[in-house]
Amino acid sequence: MNTSRVLALVGKELKRFTREPAVLFMAIAFPLILTLAFGASFGAIGGSETRYPVAVVNMDSGVWSSALKTALTGSQVLNVQNYTDASAAGDDLQQGKVKAVLMIPADFTTSVDSYRANPGNSALWHNTTLALSVDKGSMIANAAVPPIIEQVIAALVTGKSAATRSPVTVGAPTQVESQVISQFAFMAPGMFGYAAIFLIMIVAGAMTGEREQGILRRISVTPTTIGDIFASQVVSNMIVGAVQVAMVYAASSLMGFRAQGGVPGIAIAFLLVMILTTCSVGLGLVVATFARNAGAATGISFVFILPLMFLGTFVPAPESIARFVPTWYVTDALTSILLRGAPVTSPSILLDVLTVSVVSIVIMLAGVLLYRRFGKS
Amino acid sequence: MNAIEIESLSKRFEDKTALDGLSLTIPEGELFGLLGPNGAGKTVTIKTLCGILQPTSGNARVGGYDVHREQEKIHKIIGLCPQEPAYFGYLSGRENIDLFAHLQGVPTKQLKENSTQLIKEVGLSEDADRRASKYSGGMIRRLSLAMALIHDPSIAFLDEPTVAMDPQSRHATWDLIRELKFRGKTVILTSHYIEEVEALADRVGIIDYGKLIALGSPTELKQRNGATTLEDVFIALTGRKIREES
Repeated sequence: MNTSRVLALVGKELKRFTREPAVLFMAIAFPLILTLAFGASFGAIGGSETRYPVAVVNMDSGVWSSALKTALTGSQVLNVQNYTDASAAGDDLQQGKVKAVLMIPADFTTSVDSYRANPGNSALWHNTTLALSVDKGSMIANAAVPPIIEQVIAALVTGKSAATRSPVTVGAPTQVESQVISQFAFMAPGMFGYAAIFLIMIVAGAMTGEREQGILRRISVTPTTIGDIFASQVVSNMIVGAVQVAMVYAASSLMGFRAQGGVPGIAIAFLLVMILTTCSVGLGLVVATFARNAGAATGISFVFILPLMFLGTFVPAPESIARFVPTWYVTDALTSILLRGAPVTSPSILLDVLTVSVVSIVIMLAGVLLYRRFGKS
Repeated sequence: MNAIEIESLSKRFEDKTALDGLSLTIPEGELFGLLGPNGAGKTVTIKTLCGILQPTSGNARVGGYDVHREQEKIHKIIGLCPQEPAYFGYLSGRENIDLFAHLQGVPTKQLKENSTQLIKEVGLSEDADRRASKYSGGMIRRLSLAMALIHDPSIAFLDEPTVAMDPQSRHATWDLIRELKFRGKTVILTSHYIEEVEALADRVGIIDYGKLIALGSPTELKQRNGATTLEDVFIALTGRKIREES
């Protein structure tokens, strides 16, 4: 194998990805659109949420706390839910049932009364602070709920804006990690493998099309070996696989999926998808071996794409059957790491990585052998 | 030294004998024209010498290397301009040429100079950075020729290099082929334009049904057959015009 030739062919392949609209769509745009579409349909961005459920724990028995609850409800943005128990409210925040918890302290009415009696003399005020906790995973709750509550309280206590000094303040919001998992969060790890599956069609189309047009034959009359061509396919598709991972990661994050596992988690996502691209290249070569032209290659590719997609990615499938496809191991490992926060060194994850590696190498070798034996002409 | 030595070369497909004991020697530096009707075995001969097809029997040496065992060495010294131009439509003309330069192992330093010079010689300077998919038929032929010659091969196989070219392009290509010969390269040229072969070739071989039926310089062939043109010789020997079956 000659590095210079392989790099020249990789450069050529990458230009194909960027210059041929159909290839660009299948490799890059399609996974991106699908992730955004599924995220919007099943997940997290909260576009339909117009009233944010807020738990109010009232420890004050005075009139002003009742007035505050009425005012909060009247904001048209908050859906006030009354709690008597702070821990129950905290549990519901963790489970995603409410977006924020507001604690009204026992001295709230005393504090408001002290202001009302002496609005110009802060020395006579009774200061108090309302504790606020918000859902860390909800961008909108973080951005919208605290200022709304501050405005409502200011209007109630001082009749002026939130900038006006008063004895009542809202503490800095405590961010609480919500444990609620949207349907999209279960699908997101499967999106990573899903993108790489379509490389089967792209590889098969390239090899068949170039054979059909006589380009491979022409290349065979140069010192370039078939090994150089296979290596360039693996390397270029790995690069595309890495781009796909980055894009799916960004798109799923945008749609509200919060990947666990930190840097090691995303690193293992890159690793697994790049291993899976090797499998896709191998299957692409198998398809190119038997397809007479690029059109047939597209059709035959679905023989592999459909089971890999429906059994191994974001579509729920019986595990006993799904275990027969390599994508299941990628999705299983990524679900454990990115969704459940399992450490990358967990035995089950290492077993998944090992399995998908062995299967991918076997499929790649099978593709190379079949193509060399039957696919060159 | 001989650039090409062919001994009793045969190539059989399932239902057809494409080459039937062909023997031929082409010395270094010769511009050799290979003529024959469609399906006579011209392209099969070239494909066999280039290693695209394996001979059924017989032997051949290209640049002194055995076609059975030394394909890698042969591929380093030959350039092939195939009958059907094969190129990457999504690459520009220059990128196609540069890619084949890399595949042929042309050093990077030399590549740019060679590429620019060859693009100029084939008349693609103005369109070198356009995508090849936008090229006309004649431009694609010229690009294909440049892709075959970018590494300055010592033996060039040019299979119908001027098909679909306008007269200006064809004559420019002839000049390029003459320049190859002037620089001591061996050129094996097939063409449907017999006048092209007559104008360019030192010697001509006419093959039919996979056999060599005539060999000599255009003048010798005409004298030997009492003909005034090479086309008359061709018709006299093959019994039909070269373009009848195309």
